[in-house]
Order: sequence, then C-alpha cells, then structure tokens
Amino acid sequence: MMSTIANLEPGAYTQWAGFLNDIPTFADAKGFIRLVDGKEKSVDIHDGLLCAASDIDGKSLVSGGEDGMICRLYADGSSNIVHQAETKWIDKIATGPAGTIAYGSGRRGKIILKNDDIREINIDRTIEGLAFAPKGMRLAISRYDGIELQWINSDSPNQFLQWKGAHTGVMFSPDGTYVISLMQENALHGWRLRDKKHMQMTGYPSKVSSMSWSHKGKWLGTSGAQAAIIWPFSGKDGPMGKAPRELGGMGKVMVTQVCFHPTAEMLAVGYENGMIMAVRIDDGQIVSLRREGHGTITAMNWDEAGTRLAFGSDEGEAGIITLS
Amino acid sequence: MNDVATQNKQSDEKVPVTVLTGYLGAGKTTLLNRILTQDHGRKYAVIVNEFGEIGIDNDLIVDSDEEIYEMNNGCVCCTVRGDLIRILQGLMKRKGRFDAIILETTGLADPAPVAQTFFMDEDVQAKTRLDAVVALVDAKHVMARLVDSREAEDQIAFADVLLLNKIDLIDNQEKPELLRILKKINPHAMIHETTRAEISLDQILQRNAFDLARILDDDPKFLSKPDHDHHHHDHQCGPDCDHDSHVHHDHSNAQGNLDPSVHGTTIETISLRAGELDPNKFLPWIEKITQIDGPGILRLKGIVAFKDDPDRFVVQGIHMILEGDYQKAWRSNEKRSSRLVFIGRNLDRQKLERTFAACAV
Repeated sequence: MMSTIANLEPGAYTQWAGFLNDIPTFADAKGFIRLVDGKEKSVDIHDGLLCAASDIDGKSLVSGGEDGMICRLYADGSSNIVHQAETKWIDKIATGPAGTIAYGSGRRGKIILKNDDIREINIDRTIEGLAFAPKGMRLAISRYDGIELQWINSDSPNQFLQWKGAHTGVMFSPDGTYVISLMQENALHGWRLRDKKHMQMTGYPSKVSSMSWSHKGKWLGTSGAQAAIIWPFSGKDGPMGKAPRELGGMGKVMVTQVCFHPTAEMLAVGYENGMIMAVRIDDGQIVSLRREGHGTITAMNWDEAGTRLAFGSDEGEAGIITLS
Repeated sequence: MNDVATQNKQSDEKVPVTVLTGYLGAGKTTLLNRILTQDHGRKYAVIVNEFGEIGIDNDLIVDSDEEIYEMNNGCVCCTVRGDLIRILQGLMKRKGRFDAIILETTGLADPAPVAQTFFMDEDVQAKTRLDAVVALVDAKHVMARLVDSREAEDQIAFADVLLLNKIDLIDNQEKPELLRILKKINPHAMIHETTRAEISLDQILQRNAFDLARILDDDPKFLSKPDHDHHHHDHQCGPDCDHDSHVHHDHSNAQGNLDPSVHGTTIETISLRAGELDPNKFLPWIEKITQIDGPGILRLKGIVAFKDDPDRFVVQGIHMILEGDYQKAWRSNEKRSSRLVFIGRNLDRQKLERTFAACAV
C-alpha cells in the first residue's frame, strides 16, 4: 500500500474526490478542481461549489454552485458551462446514462438531456436529493414526506413513495429493485419498487450522510455510527428481519464516509478524525489505509480497477491510496 | 433531545447567527442594511427568505425557501427549518468568508422552527450557534397585527431583543399602553425604542442569548425582582439608556390579569418561585412538563438551587427542547432560591404551580 498526498488549499472542504478517466481529481467547496496527472493542474470552476458527481462513463465531473451554474470538467482540465439559469444555489446534482444531468435549486430543478433538451422537475417542495434509476429512464427526487419518481421522457404524473419526515438524500440499488433515502432523523428508509414495501433502517446514533452499494447490490454500507453499518440485501425482503453487520469500529470515532470497492466485497470506511480503513465483509478483516489526520473525511471514491482510492477531508487534506 | 444535557459547548468556535423577525414593513431590511454598512470590520453572510424590493447591500446573500420539517417523533412542535440546515451546511463549507450570519425571516415566519434548528440538527449545532432572536415591531401598526395575527404575537413572545420601531409615528400617549402590551407578551426581552431601526449594534449582535452560561447576564435581577407589574410607565429606557436594571424587566405581570379580549393577546407568562429543590424531583418534573405541555411553551428560562449543591443550575427551553447545565456557584451571602419563567399559550397555571412546588426539598 502506498499513499500519495494531494492536499488542497489548507482548510478547503473536499466536496468530491475520485477519478476522471483514471486521473485523480479533487473538487473543493470554493470551486477549485485539482487534477493530479504527473504535474498538478488546478481549475477554478465555480464561485462556490456545492455539489458534484462524476458522469456514468467516468470521463467528466459535473458540478453545481453558489453561482447558479452547472459545469462539466474533463480529465484534461477543459471545462464548459452546461447550464446557467438559477438565481439560487444549485446544491443537488445527479448524473444518468448518456450524459443526462438532473439538478436541484431550492424548489426548482431541471433534467438536462443529452441533446440539451431541458425538462422541469415537477415538485413543489425543496429538492433534497436526486438519483437516476440504473437505466436512466426515471429520476428519484427526495423531499419532505417521501420520494417522487419522475419519468424522464414522459409527462405522466410522478409516482409518490410516501413516508413521513424529511428525506435528505436518495439512491437506487444497482439493479433498480430498491430505492433508499437518507432521513433527517438518524435513519434510512427504503422501498421495494415492485410492491412499494417499506424498509425501515434505524438505530443510528447520528445522521447518515453517506451510503454505498456493493458491486452486486448484496450489501448497503452506511455511515452515521461508530462503525460502518452494512445492511444485507441478498434475501428477497432486503434487510428486513435481519441485523446489519457492524464493521470497522474504532472506539468512539464516527464513520462519516463509506465507499464499496468496485469488484470486491470490501468497504472503504472514512472517519471523523481523518482515518480510513478497508473492511472485508465476509471475514470482517480490517486493514488501515490512512492514519488519523486533520479534519473529517468528506469524500472518497475508488478508481475503476479498484486499485486506488481517492479521498479528501474538510480541512484540505486529500490524497490517493494505492493498494499493493 | 429531551434530556437535560450537561455538555459544555465551545461557543466561541461556532459562528453566531442572529435571527431578525418582524412583520412586513416593520423595518427588518432597514436594520439589516444598517448592520451591513456600519464600519465594524466584520463580514456577514445574509440569508433571506424572500428578496424584498429594497436592496440588501452585501456580497454574500443566500436566498432560501422556507421549508418547515416536522421531526418524525410524533411531536408536532418538534419542527426544524430544512432550508436552513441545507444553507448553513453549505455556508460552513467555506469558512473564513464571514464572521457571523444574519437570517432575515419572512413577515409571517414562525420563529420556533428557526430556533429549534440550532438545537435539533447535529450538523448545524456543530458549526453554528443561535446568538439571539431580534424582533422588529412596527409601533404604528402592531396593535392591529396583534388582533389579526398569531404570528405577530409569537414573534414578540419569542424575541430576546425587541425593537419598537417607527416610534416617531405614534403619540406619546399611546406609548405606555403599547409597552405594557409588549411586556405582557414578553416580560424578559430587552425593549429598545427606535426610529428607522437606528440602534447601537452591540444591543442586537453578540448577545449570547441562548448560551446557558450567559443566559441571565441581561437580567441580573432575575431571581430577586418582583413578579408584579408596578406600572412604572413614567420611565422608559431608550436605546442609549445604560440604566442598570432596565425597567422593562420589572413588568413580568406574571400574576394573571390576562385578558385575551384586550388587544387579542393570547400569550401569558407564568413565573414560578421556590427555595431549594430536590434534583431527583425537579429533573423528571421539568422533562415531563416540557413533554406534555411543550406545544404551548414558547420559551422557558430558569435558575435552580439544588439542595446541598454549591452551583446554580440553569435551564432554558423552546417547546419540547430542553437544555440545562450547572453554572457559576452561589455566593455565600446570596439567598439560594429557584425561579422558572414560562412564556406560552394555554398553560395550566395551577398545575404548574402545584407540581413545581412539589419539587421543593
């Protein structure tokens, strides 16, 4: 194992860390994006970057900012403005197949299709989270009191998955069977789309801010506790009636980020004190990837091959860990 | 959430947030521009819920949609402002851009969810602290507002600082009655009479009104002052008055005389007094009272003397949220006594008095 340091400006909050076309890339909340390709390249892309997501093909990063813009940055450092329309912050973004983008800006949001067609997101509450279904035909929008599902290419009314409370984030399972939301309470809520069966995943001591599916969708790793909480989804009823695995407990240190390996059932776990561990699900074996540092781990992503992990903290520390 | 927390907060590291409430036309934007344009060397981030017609003179303004989120715990008064959680989290990712945050609410905003956000959301609580709720009151129109709107009354009852603005627009004869009504709704707020929201900024900023350690600094006679209204209407403190015992604290009118038909006020203050209390009785009692009567309690504050305990215990609450901690020790020459003040609606005075009295040693 080897670490490469790619620190951002001291104190900078890492909003996104990952790989574009295999080049380590780090986006901070000020709006600087740093590409680490032999020599470092820094691009000033927003006056305040609030959200970012890599495209499905892994070749570009789309981001939304305080400036009301959506930008797209490529691995060579070139970038373009995809959309500029909002007077309010753009703080939610999701990417779908073929370059599709959805964004949220308060109670307004749009879907930008690959031919630059633009569709409104039909919602009257604040957009708290966005996620495309795996095939990209549907968009899940999380809001107060539930999740709305909107068809990308149709005007038919949204399907509403209701559950009381504020849903601050949303994600589909890799095969599209389940929709999972993060809640303002210390809990997740899930629905099996086929029959809208509810799944309550509770018991967290803290808000859950990060979740990640294992590559085949057998496990859902989550933050929000003093260990990674990993829910089993291999049975037909998902995690209902089963206890989650609790792995990577390091005393009282909170887990803040989780990211499943792209090909193995191994979870990268980032902590509030800057530590990072790799946890193997089948035998619970733990390998330390990074010691305590400055700040909380706020972003992590594996490269496509699963040999390198990019990470960043809320205090400007960032880097790449290479597994040997 | 309902536990009496005993954690020490490092309030100095957290960014202070001042909340400006008040009806449309009361002068919020005028005050905001006053704060922003004075030469104080401080940088502010401003959150607004509706861009008004009057411009705001600041680099960093965030426009937000009011989103009230009920918490999923079965309590209708446990509400937070989802938009604030989102915006504050975003702002705090870029530290160093500002020293403090000012939040201007809409004229009809309920201040409770705003304040509760700072106690109920762990991310907001970790990075920011509610400094004070400042309410602007339009002296000319407040009486009419109190008749037709519950929000106007809530904003007054909830405030730590009240600016009775546009005071130049009313007759001197109207003023005593106006002040009497404001003090009836909120006996503990600092009241400043202002014209065009002109006020010394240290009266509204850096108040630490929600800091348990300083909660009673504005009110050093909290324990000793009488509950009765002495009708000292001949002396009113203006903004420049540094009169030690601000007369507006001496009118708690807590012994009743509340007539909802007069000026439509429905909020009352209940003041409870006792000597030393038994912590094993008081702590369960205050938790239970805030659980049961939380929806009606807008604010609560108190100092408690526990038997055989050298330190005073201080509590504050908003609806069902309760916070308590030990503060500085009783002085040897000081009378050890306890006092709790509830500001709220539909509170059962007899029950509160009886059950509180049962907490005595």
